[in-house]
Amino acid sequence: MESKQTILQALRFKRLDEQPAPSLQQNWVATPNAIATFEKMVAAVGGNCIRVRNMQDGLAKLPELPCYADAKKVCSLVEGVEKANVFLDDIADPHDLEDVDVAIVRGEFGVAENGAVWLTDRGVKHRVIYFIPQHIIVLLDADQIVHNMHQAYERVGFEQAGFGVFLSGPSKTADIEQSLVIGAHGARSLHVLLLENGGA
Amino acid sequence: MTHGVSDHPQKAAEFISDSQRAHWHDGALWFVRDKRDAAARSVPEWEQLRETARQIKAHALSRLPDYLEEFERKATALGAQVHWARDAQEHNEIVYGILKAGGVQRVVKSKSMLTEECHLNPFLEQHGIEVVDTDLGERIVQLRQEPPSHIVLPAIHIKKEEVGECFHEHLGTEAGATDPAYLTEAARQHLRERFMQADAGITGVNFAIAETGGFVVCTNEGNADLGVSLPNLHIACMGLEKIIPRAADLGVFLRLLARSATGQPITTYSSHFHGPRAGGALHIVLVDNGRSALQQSEEHQRALSCIRCGACLNTCPVYRRSGGHSYETPVPGPIGSILAPSRDPEKYASLPFACSLCGSCTDVCPVKIDIHHQLLTWRRELAESGHLDWKKRWSMRLAGVVLGRVWLYRFAGKAMRIVLPLLPRFLKYNPLNAWGKQRELPPMPRKSFREQYRRRHGK
Repeated sequence: MESKQTILQALRFKRLDEQPAPSLQQNWVATPNAIATFEKMVAAVGGNCIRVRNMQDGLAKLPELPCYADAKKVCSLVEGVEKANVFLDDIADPHDLEDVDVAIVRGEFGVAENGAVWLTDRGVKHRVIYFIPQHIIVLLDADQIVHNMHQAYERVGFEQAGFGVFLSGPSKTADIEQSLVIGAHGARSLHVLLLENGGA
Repeated sequence: MTHGVSDHPQKAAEFISDSQRAHWHDGALWFVRDKRDAAARSVPEWEQLRETARQIKAHALSRLPDYLEEFERKATALGAQVHWARDAQEHNEIVYGILKAGGVQRVVKSKSMLTEECHLNPFLEQHGIEVVDTDLGERIVQLRQEPPSHIVLPAIHIKKEEVGECFHEHLGTEAGATDPAYLTEAARQHLRERFMQADAGITGVNFAIAETGGFVVCTNEGNADLGVSLPNLHIACMGLEKIIPRAADLGVFLRLLARSATGQPITTYSSHFHGPRAGGALHIVLVDNGRSALQQSEEHQRALSCIRCGACLNTCPVYRRSGGHSYETPVPGPIGSILAPSRDPEKYASLPFACSLCGSCTDVCPVKIDIHHQLLTWRRELAESGHLDWKKRWSMRLAGVVLGRVWLYRFAGKAMRIVLPLLPRFLKYNPLNAWGKQRELPPMPRKSFREQYRRRHGK
């Protein structure tokens, strides 16, 4: 408590003139076609974006993805995934998710300018499911793509979710001589299945 | 890290004595700088973003104590515990206290320049706690028992052959292996074990949001998230200056940060933490360690706007050619040369001179800190407070006397044109003349510019 007072006193010793906070309602550039830009950016950040008509087609597409076809342990946060055999709600200790091969998750919305998808722990018992599996497949409604990060933060709410992440592509590093290597600690691959007719 | 007075010119001379490595280092950083340029050019409103970011930071700093209190209130309401540390020692003791109370033996830590600044790792190790840095670059330098040389690319000074040797010794990879993909895979396996065994995770903080009480951590590897999503205990360490007022401000900063740092449109993981996980605990340590003094300084307050993207390092002709270790401070390069002397002017007096005042750092800074102006200001302040070495002090004093008197200046010029060519070499090129180390004086002209000008114009 004492340190807090000392620090605050030091910061208030000389009253600084308040500088105005800028408005964030500015004429930020929008991309001509948010969905096309999003697809391009997902590829640019090392992911793979696939358009499908709807959820049913998305689920039917899964066996064509090698990371799903080869997976032994599949954890799905989406209903109707045939191979799903790990269920988050049955798992007490997140460490038990260590050997999950692929997770199939639902994105709330996407951001065109950087290919990021917003994922939260709302209704998700173990948030580590976004980080620990070898591969990630995200299902995202195509009509839920915003142009830029300013629009993204108009949509983000922290009331229901304690944790949220913008995930842009698979895990990567370039710490050894600037050589890009995909698959540092998190997912080795990221697929986004873009549902053109929303969740219908 | 050595103690006593740091000597950038000496350390830089050691670095460039290996000319091949110095050129390789220069090129590696220029490559990153090029990627930044391409990313910045791809955003039409780049300058508008920089200006907005500058204004947000200026506003936040002008109301810093209010926002810190608001942050503490909101974070506490979300179930986090907020601690205040005046200095590095107190920070380390707080972190150790939390770990000890939780019975923690093993910690995984993601990149945090603040914990480097506070020397947290050695402190915890002395108390018997194992700390594993989980960022690949940081793990490499940790295994080699050296500090990071760059704030974003901690192992940028190390060649893949050396990483191969290091991993062969510590992780049992094949001798002579140099393939980055193979070495990264080995580190992934090795660190997965550490993630699984850890009792607690420590992270830094990129941005803390006053209005929500949450904070954001950005990584590309996913190491921060893995480290704090398995164990129940998360400790986040942040400098006071990381506060921003609104969540929406992140829209501006996240557009700038990764583009400025590596040329990516955004980091792979931009994680937002609001309160602890169900059943877990979240501690946030707010650290001053000299920041309140900077906030109160009209001259240097703007340096606190830094978002640690590293762009000024990558573009700096001195940093690229002298390496991060030559600065002997956790944040090297142009921004570090402003921050370090504010903590210890005597020790870091040589850093503001490790600069050609080219201004490139200021041009690339995403929050528009006037870095090279600040470096110049530091030179003046260091001179006034008597922190210059005697050679520089006396040569400047002499120059002041000569340049302040027209007759003396003319006489000195004429005398030098005659005398200098006659002097033996050792009188001109000796340890007193640092300028002449890598330079030769030009041949002396017979007449001064002034004399030539007068003759041509017949005056």
